Amino acid sequence: MAFDQSALALRGLTKRFDRPAVDALDLTIRTGEFYALLGPNGAGKTTTLRMVAGLLRPDAGSISIMGTDALNDPVAAKQVTAWVSDEPMIYDKLTPLEYLEFVAGLWGVDPSLAEHSAHELLVSLGLETNLHERCEGFSKGMRQKVALAGALVHNPRLIILDEPLTGLDAVSARHVKGLLSERVRGGCTVIMTTHILEVAERMADRIGVISSGRLVAEGTLTELRQQNGRGDTSLEDVFIALVDGEAAAA
Amino acid sequence: MTTAALSWFARHEIRLAWREWLAIMTGGRRGRRRAVIIGLLVFGALLHVPAYAVIGRYATLQETPDKSTLIVITATIFLAWSLMLSQAIESVTRVFYARSDLDLIMSSPAAIAQVFSIRLAAIAVSIIAMATLLATPFIDVLVFGGGPRWLAVYGLVIAIGLSAAAVAIAVTILLFRMIGPRRTRLVAQIVAAVIGAGFVIALQIAAILSYGTLSRFAILTSDAAAAFAPGPDSMLWWPARAALGDSEALLLLLASGLLLLGSVMVTFSAGFADTAVRASTGTAAARRSPRSRAFRSGSRQQALRRKELLLLRRDPWLVSQSLMQLLYLVPPAVLLWRSFSDSSVAIILITPVIVMAAGQLAGGLGWLTISGEDAPDLVTAAPMPPSRLIRAKIEVVLLVIGVLFAPLVMALVLASPQQAAVTAVGIIVAAASATAIQLWFRVQARRSQFRRRQTSSRLATFAEAFSSIGWAATTALALSLPTAALITGLMTLAILAATWKFSPRRD
Repeated sequence: MAFDQSALALRGLTKRFDRPAVDALDLTIRTGEFYALLGPNGAGKTTTLRMVAGLLRPDAGSISIMGTDALNDPVAAKQVTAWVSDEPMIYDKLTPLEYLEFVAGLWGVDPSLAEHSAHELLVSLGLETNLHERCEGFSKGMRQKVALAGALVHNPRLIILDEPLTGLDAVSARHVKGLLSERVRGGCTVIMTTHILEVAERMADRIGVISSGRLVAEGTLTELRQQNGRGDTSLEDVFIALVDGEAAAA
Repeated sequence: MTTAALSWFARHEIRLAWREWLAIMTGGRRGRRRAVIIGLLVFGALLHVPAYAVIGRYATLQETPDKSTLIVITATIFLAWSLMLSQAIESVTRVFYARSDLDLIMSSPAAIAQVFSIRLAAIAVSIIAMATLLATPFIDVLVFGGGPRWLAVYGLVIAIGLSAAAVAIAVTILLFRMIGPRRTRLVAQIVAAVIGAGFVIALQIAAILSYGTLSRFAILTSDAAAAFAPGPDSMLWWPARAALGDSEALLLLLASGLLLLGSVMVTFSAGFADTAVRASTGTAAARRSPRSRAFRSGSRQQALRRKELLLLRRDPWLVSQSLMQLLYLVPPAVLLWRSFSDSSVAIILITPVIVMAAGQLAGGLGWLTISGEDAPDLVTAAPMPPSRLIRAKIEVVLLVIGVLFAPLVMALVLASPQQAAVTAVGIIVAAASATAIQLWFRVQARRSQFRRRQTSSRLATFAEAFSSIGWAATTALALSLPTAALITGLMTLAILAATWKFSPRRD
C-alpha cells in the first residue's frame, strides 16, 4: 500500500460551541488509507468530520484535502470529497436514480458516465428492484444505501463517513464494507467514525481515538495494543482503557 | 376501557392539543409564553374595533328580521361553518396519518375504537374552542349593543363546530375507503383548502357575473336572492334564528350537532383501527416514477433547478397551498373576462389581487426551496459556492411565479397594456420581496414542516404579508393615483429595510 501523500491534514483544528468540541486537533491521513476515528459520544468526531466536509466553519486551524487548502478553496476541496452522515438525508419524492442524477449534476460528472456508475452502484447495493421507486417508502437501511451510492457516484478521492452502517442489516453492511474496501484498493481514502469496533478492527489501516476534542491515541491495532501494553486484547478493551484513562485524567 | 380511563385519555388528548397550539403560537420557545399571552390579549382587544365596524350595526336586529338580513346572517354562518370544516378535515387527516404514538396506542390493551373516538371528539372540542376565541370580540360587540340575547351565538358556535367535526370525519373516512390512504392525504388537503375558500369565491364569482363587482354582499342582498330563498319558517333559517336568540332553534341545532357527531362516531368507529393502520402503512407504499430517460447534462445550477422543480411538482402540500392561492385568482380572472365586454373600471381591482397573490405564493415557494431543503448536508458539501446555490433556488421561485402569472398578464395586455405593465412590475417586485424575506430569515427545515413555517419567525411572516399588501396597494394606486403610489411604495420599501435590519442573516 503506497502512502505517498497526505489525503487529509488537520492542523490546530478548533471548534467551540458551549465548550470546546474540537480542541486544537492535529491529524494526518495518508492517501489510500482506511482510517477509523473512534471516540465516546460527544468526543468531537462528527464535528471534526463536518468541518472537513465543509459543513461547519472551524474557529481556528487549517484543513488540507489532497493538498488543497479547504478553507481558502472550498469548491476545489469539495470536488474530490464525499460526505455520508449517520442520518441519511435524501429526497423522499425522488427515486434513487433521480437522486444520483442530481448528485452527479451537482458534482459536474459527465451524464453518461454517471448513469452507468449509478446503475452499477445501486445494483451492487441490492437496490435493483427499487431504481424507479420514490424513496419516501424506503426503510432507514435502504435510504442509507441510496445516500452512500450518492456519495460514490462522483468518484470521490476522499470519502468521509459518519456511522455509515447504522440501520443496515448484516447483508447490506457486508455490501457496504465490500464497496468501501474496493474503493480503498482503487486508491481512494476513507475516514469513518463508527461505534461498531469490530468494523474498525477488521477494516481500518489505522485507528485514531478522540476524546474531548483531542486525539488521545493513534496507530494500527497492533500499535495501539503496544501503546497500552495490552498484548493481544481486542480493540474494544484497548478503546475502553484509553477512554477511561482520559476520563480519569480529566 | 373504563370511564376513568376514557376521561384520563380525553385529558391527555386535550393537553396534547393545548401544547401543540402553544408551540405553534410561541414557535416552540418556552420563554415566549408570557409575550404570546399578552399579544393575544392585545390582539383580542384590538379585534373589537373591526368587529364593531363589521357587525356593530346588526346588534339591534330584531328576532324576526327581513329575508335579506336572514340570507346575509345565514351566509355568514355557513362561511364560518365551512372554515371550521376545512380546519376539521385537516385535523382528522392528521389523526390518522400521525405515526408518533400510533404504535403505542395499537399495541396497548385499550379499545382502539374508543381511543380514536375520544381523539376525534378532542378535535371537535379544539375547533369549537378556537372558533369561540375568534368569535368572542364579535359576540362582545353584539352583546354590548343589543343585550345578552346575543350570548346565544356561543351556543351556535358549539352547534356548528359539532356538525363540522362530524362532516369532516365522515368525509375523510369515506375518501379513505373510496380512493385509498395515499390519495386521501392529498385529496383531503385539497378539499380542505377548497372548502375554506370556495364559498367566498363562489359568492364573488356570482356577484361579478351578476353585478360586475367583487363584493359578495351584492348578491346576498339582491332581490333575486330574496325571491329565490325559502319562506320564513324554513329550517334553513334555524342557524340565523338561533344566533338572534331563538332558544328553541338553538337547542334543536345543538341536539342535531351532537346527534350527528355521535352517529358518525358510532357508524365509523369500528373501522378506526383499520383506517389508522392502512394510513400508516399506506403512505409507505412504493410510488413508482416513470421509467428513466438518460441522465441529463447541464451545469450544477441546472441540476439544482431541475431538482427543485421536480420536488415542487411532486409536493402534495404545495399543491394544496398553491391551489388555495390560485383559487383567489379565479374571481379577478372572471372579472377580467367579463370586463372585456363592458370595459368596466372594476378591472383595476385585478392588479392588487394578482400582485398580492404573487407575493404570498412566492413566500411559500421561497420557504420550500430555500429553507425546506431535505438534504442540506448534500448541497452544502457540493462543490459550488453558496451564492450560486442560493441564486439557483431563487431562480426557481421566480420562474414558477413567472409561469403561473404570465397568462394573466398576457390577458391583461389585451384589455389594458399600461395596466399589464404595472401588474407585471408589481408581480416581480412582490415576488422578489417575499423571496428576499425568506432568504434573510432562512432556517434549516424539512419540507414536511411547511405547515408550520410561520412559527419560525413571526417577524418574517408579518413582513411578508405587509410587503405583499404594500406592493398590491402601490400597484393599484399607480394605476389610479400615481403620487399616492410613490408614498405607499416608499412605505413598503421602509418595511423591507426594517425587516432586513432585524433579520438574522443580513448577507
